[in-house]
Amino acid sequence: MKFLDEFRDPALARRLLAEIRERATRPRVLMEVCGGQTHSLLRYGIEAELEGIVELIHGPGCPVCVTPAEAIDFAVELAARPEIVVASFGDMLRVPGSTRSLADVRGDGGNVRIVYSPLDAVELAKNEPERQVVFFAVGFETTAPATALAVLQAAKLGLDNFSLLVAHVRVLPAMETLMSASDCRVEGFLAAGHVCTVTGFEEYDDFVRRHRTPVVVTGFEPVDLLGGILDCVTQLEEGRAEVANQYARSVNRGGNAASQDVVREVYGIADMPWRGLGVIPQGGYRLHSEFQSFDAAERFSSLVSLQSASQNSCRDDECQSGAVLSGRLKPIDCPAFGTRCTPESPLGAPMVSSEGACAAYFRYQSLGGH
Amino acid sequence: MCLAVPGRIVRWLNRDATFAQAEVEFDGVSRVCHMACVPDVEVGEYVIVHAGVAISRVNEAEAQRTLADVARLNEPDADNEPDADEETAS
Repeated sequence: MKFLDEFRDPALARRLLAEIRERATRPRVLMEVCGGQTHSLLRYGIEAELEGIVELIHGPGCPVCVTPAEAIDFAVELAARPEIVVASFGDMLRVPGSTRSLADVRGDGGNVRIVYSPLDAVELAKNEPERQVVFFAVGFETTAPATALAVLQAAKLGLDNFSLLVAHVRVLPAMETLMSASDCRVEGFLAAGHVCTVTGFEEYDDFVRRHRTPVVVTGFEPVDLLGGILDCVTQLEEGRAEVANQYARSVNRGGNAASQDVVREVYGIADMPWRGLGVIPQGGYRLHSEFQSFDAAERFSSLVSLQSASQNSCRDDECQSGAVLSGRLKPIDCPAFGTRCTPESPLGAPMVSSEGACAAYFRYQSLGGH
Repeated sequence: MCLAVPGRIVRWLNRDATFAQAEVEFDGVSRVCHMACVPDVEVGEYVIVHAGVAISRVNEAEAQRTLADVARLNEPDADNEPDADEETAS
């Protein structure tokens, strides 16, 4: 596929690997923010190739993993009601809330539909006017334009049976929280390429200046990832800390203005509880008051109560998802990994989600990727 | 979750500000995508699509530049890189 295959070229990847090995005079610690990048690094064996040269620690970029258990509980409660359909991305289905997942409630006859796009949920609401359709809006800045567009379409169509359960998260505030931890070992960041496709990367200037840490916007194919790593390593070797862009075919400095406009029209920035990490200031979105009628948490508050979000939502003492999501614990170093915690019988979200770091290790470690 | 893929615009279906749609081809497979966030792209151009919504235009010149930059790096010594081919291919 054009714009993907060329960036998987083994010969180009080999050149980049050789260059990284040549330039790195000592081991470096980098964090890739996005779960999609984590999976590519393991799938293509890049982490193993760079052992002893670059340690990649995996960031919190799995939106499904950081969605608060309370939000999942709310969705589960709604799906159990016959007059309500919960529409969701497939990734979300098996992630457990406090006790149950959307897959569990569906198994018990609840109304859960997997959709590819939030706009498909709008279509569903249009076609089934007798039902309330609630779309479970999770995801980073990449996904927010799609859910915001869903609200704009529903508003124009005058649909009063469509709403969003908003659990969107924002990446940069999470990076700030990670950097403020006293035990943070990150020397440089590979910023999430598709988040920056929407947002651009101007907002990282201040972050880089304050933390003296390079941030390199990076894509998802082997050549992209190795290019991002090479840029980071080069900056560190030369004592520089800058914002750089190694995903220029998709990302420009200002981002996509039309996508940002859609998001700004519908959402404001809000503090947000992240599962395993606690409340992150400005770490999420909320619907503007003019779109409050599309807020499922408001619409159905009399049916179900969204519990206090500040309480610790990772209730299973054995799951160390917070340490994994902040890069302090490698999945394979968790005592439960692969034994008491597997994708079939997960203790927490990072083992369930297709982008969770634990699931990535479990899936690829047997393929020589680790 | 942030998976997004490049696709080529085959034809516009409508260019409404909110409901814009186009037929977009991904490796031979066509599907209808929402285009409100890329109002100015034209047939034949590529867009990045996430969750059914085109979120930006692909910059072809930048793609070529990235590949050319990497191709200019020194060819690694083949003796030191015996397995890199297998490791990075998929």
